[in-house]
Amino acid sequence: MMEALRDLLTDANVRWVLIGTLLLGISSGLLGCFAMLRRRSLMGDVLAHTALPGVAVAFMLTQTKSVLPLLVGAVIAGLVSTACVDVITRYSRIKEDTAQGLVLTVFFGVGVVLLTHVARTGAAGQSGLNRFLFGQAASLIGNDVKVIAVAAVILTVLIVAFFKEFKLLAFDRGFGEGMGINMLALDRLLMLMVVVGVSIGLQAVGVVLMSSLLVTPAAAARYWTDRLEHMLLLAAAFGGVSGIVGTVVSLFGTRLATGPLIVLAATGLFVLSLIFGSRRGLLRKVLHQLRVRDRVARENLLRVLYETYETTGVDRGAEGFARHPVPETVLAVRMGLRPRTLRRVVRIAERFGWLTVQRAAGDPNVGRLIMLTNEGLAEAQQVTRRHRLWEMYLMYEADFAVDHVDRDADDIEHYLPPDVVEELERRLQMEGREPIVPPSVHPL
Amino acid sequence: MMIEDFWVLLTASLVASSCGFIGSFLVLRKMAMVGDAISHSVLLGIVLAFLLTQQLGGIAMFIGAALMGLFTTFVIQLLHQGGAQEDAAIGVTFTGLFALGVVLLSLYASNVHLDTEHVLFGEIAYVPWDILVWNGIELGPRAVWTVGGAFLLTLVVTGLFFKEFKLCAFDPAYALTLGIPVTLFHYVQMTLVSLTTVAAFDSVGAVLGVAMLIVPGATAYLLTDKLERMLLLSVVVGVLSAVLGYGFAVWLDVSISGAMASAAGFVFALAFLFSPRSGIIPTAWRRRRVLSGDGAEA
Amino acid sequence: MSLDKEIAVEVHDLTVAYHRRPVLWGVDFALPAGHLIGLIGPNGAGKSTLLKAILNMVPAASGWVKIYGKPYAQQKRLVGYVPQRESVDWDFPVNVLDVVLMGRYGHLGLLRRPRRADYEFAMACLEQVGMANYARRQISQLSGGQQQRVFLARALAQEALVYFMDEPFAGVDAATERSIIGLLEQLKKDGKTVLVVHHDLQTVQEYFDWVLLLNMRLIAAGPTEVTFTDENLRKTYGGRLTILSQAAHAFSQPADALVGREGREG
Repeated sequence: MMEALRDLLTDANVRWVLIGTLLLGISSGLLGCFAMLRRRSLMGDVLAHTALPGVAVAFMLTQTKSVLPLLVGAVIAGLVSTACVDVITRYSRIKEDTAQGLVLTVFFGVGVVLLTHVARTGAAGQSGLNRFLFGQAASLIGNDVKVIAVAAVILTVLIVAFFKEFKLLAFDRGFGEGMGINMLALDRLLMLMVVVGVSIGLQAVGVVLMSSLLVTPAAAARYWTDRLEHMLLLAAAFGGVSGIVGTVVSLFGTRLATGPLIVLAATGLFVLSLIFGSRRGLLRKVLHQLRVRDRVARENLLRVLYETYETTGVDRGAEGFARHPVPETVLAVRMGLRPRTLRRVVRIAERFGWLTVQRAAGDPNVGRLIMLTNEGLAEAQQVTRRHRLWEMYLMYEADFAVDHVDRDADDIEHYLPPDVVEELERRLQMEGREPIVPPSVHPL
Repeated sequence: MMIEDFWVLLTASLVASSCGFIGSFLVLRKMAMVGDAISHSVLLGIVLAFLLTQQLGGIAMFIGAALMGLFTTFVIQLLHQGGAQEDAAIGVTFTGLFALGVVLLSLYASNVHLDTEHVLFGEIAYVPWDILVWNGIELGPRAVWTVGGAFLLTLVVTGLFFKEFKLCAFDPAYALTLGIPVTLFHYVQMTLVSLTTVAAFDSVGAVLGVAMLIVPGATAYLLTDKLERMLLLSVVVGVLSAVLGYGFAVWLDVSISGAMASAAGFVFALAFLFSPRSGIIPTAWRRRRVLSGDGAEA
Repeated sequence: MSLDKEIAVEVHDLTVAYHRRPVLWGVDFALPAGHLIGLIGPNGAGKSTLLKAILNMVPAASGWVKIYGKPYAQQKRLVGYVPQRESVDWDFPVNVLDVVLMGRYGHLGLLRRPRRADYEFAMACLEQVGMANYARRQISQLSGGQQQRVFLARALAQEALVYFMDEPFAGVDAATERSIIGLLEQLKKDGKTVLVVHHDLQTVQEYFDWVLLLNMRLIAAGPTEVTFTDENLRKTYGGRLTILSQAAHAFSQPADALVGREGREG
């Protein structure tokens, strides 16, 4: 099997085909990012389908299957179709999505009519049609691949060259205009590049699925980063990998068309990104929620211990505050947690070195005893302080009713940024409401 | 005209009018591209149903396709809610599902008469030879029954819940305050779209099913200001496209479904240019008359 | 709050968050029946969100809403809603009467079609807003003020006891504004309760006998003469809440930012 693969890869034509699909994937991934940010993801779908009549007419005129004339035909058809979408939405009440779907299918229908006409007049076999529908990279030969590769390289270079301007176009068009950049021309250039990108892709991925190469890598990249630069690199990588994987599997003995395989590879990468994406991925969200929950529980544990020390200190009539072991069962009741949950929280806090756990000597009914360490005490002091600052703010500045204060203070207070805490202190100090650890405003 | 022509024409008209009817709601709800997505991804539903039951056609195929259609809208919605742009969500979902369908089809079902070209264009010309036989009685082409059945179901459901469909399309938030189960009706409608599409799939394929879903509705939208009339007109436009397309296809010996989509586009172009209410030419004409009238008064 | 008056709307501890970022915090109020109530607050104060949360269009993180003493879900029939005009597509192929008839759908229930009585009622509602002559007009041919009146007529057709209106005065001409306020006065006289999202501080005292002042949380609620004070307005429009929104923002940040902060804290 490895041998067969090596044979494949040493074949000169195969190497060219692989280079072609790699470059294709990269350039589509890059273009797709900007298309997505301009909210034109489905334009790829439209352009790929509307290229068909252009390809058919080019074939009828030149009677060759070589890429360059077909590419020209596809680009012209693409430009005509975008003009149609514009005219329909501007001069009637039809909305953009309907105009897109309409132009897409009607052009495609015309293309099918032309192609069947071509096929019946005998000039080309059905294989030609099929190649355009689902893409067959393997059937590409020398010069064709070179045309595709050159076009893909030009597109990539253009994106790099105009990166700043395209970024502006995607994020703040008005600002760009204010700076005297011709945004309309830039938008047209981007559209033209998308048309060219889609047209070269038709050979490998086919009419029906070409839009995927534009949308899917870009959408996948979005789950990993919020920065455009990184998004472009990732989308290019995803596109390139999909191109290679799809082509290799297609060449490797299977009789499958390249298009669906490339798309499946891209979709696979998308699903992985959706789950594992480091920025917006599902796993990330779930983990983050768990982390918030843990942190809230942990800090609440510290605060409850601290408050227990305060009150027992008062009870004993000592000079206030006394650190002493507290039974876990008492904590569970005060925090409203099930014993198992509490035990988990305690274990984590113990790992932080914030508290010590000891078995009650002699009396098995008391269970485990929890006591804050010195570091734990310092941490607890901070947590409690932040909690009470927030409560006071909510009560005195934001005018919350007393019975809402504690609940509202629950989650957000754990994530108050330091500058907000400082600001709170400053304000409460100004109003003379800022003790070192402010007393709680509601009865404990 | 031969009886075969009649059956093909009847099937084509039924496909065009049933798609046009339910498609009108997609046009109004700005969900045309969701229709595009559904009609592609039903392929995966059909293939999965085939792999499970080892037979083509029948109830299993319908259920598979309908479920896949619902699954598609569901995934799109989920991705959208998760923060992806809606058009990107549509693009990713349907291309992925369609590609999976094509690959499974080529891997496991290549000996069935469902090949990739069939998937895209259907084989409406063969409709008259696939006869539904029940208790030894020939009941006419199977396609007429499936497409007709899907259309009938759509008509009945839309008839029963017409006012809810109307309100949910116009102002879903308000519908919610009246206690109308908006989400339920959304999925009911998407089920109808899936069923209609899968019924049409066999005859005109995925891409041209979309043409019938979108173009007649869009054309009717230009011609009238009343929803009831728009639905009726979408059926008329559908039938007109089917008849014109079929005649054209026979005359030039080209793909019937392609010619139907082209004819639908042609009818749309006529409406776009000449519709008395909103067509470009009558509007320009009126404007000119108003302008010259002003000139005369001055 | 006087005890002899019935409570039409009671909202308790309503909190709403978009993407975990709170936009409404613990809102509490009780509206006595038979008042014309202005909901006042700056942009982004959550006025529309409050209406949508009351009407269960956006999920609430906490709290409950009662209409005449029972949960909103059981009392939908008693509640009329006038959304913002821009919330719908005015190219939709229906005419004015069709839109007003939609107000009857809640009474009709599933499967039943509007009858003659519903048509007559809808026409009467159009009459009330001075749009009877437009009944057969396509909605795309209406001016902004006329669109607003159609929405009001639709709400009237609901025969509700409590009305929620989202900026009914936005972008309408002076004549329409006067006729709308006349209509609202009439509703009040009939014992209905009307809560109106309102922007123009100049007209508050003239239009409303009750006000709710809102800015992310409720600042004040009560009769206009005692509640619509400089002090309360300063609280509503003043910048004292920057910390609240800052904190809310920090909380809604993705985890990375938070981890970064934790690192600096330590």
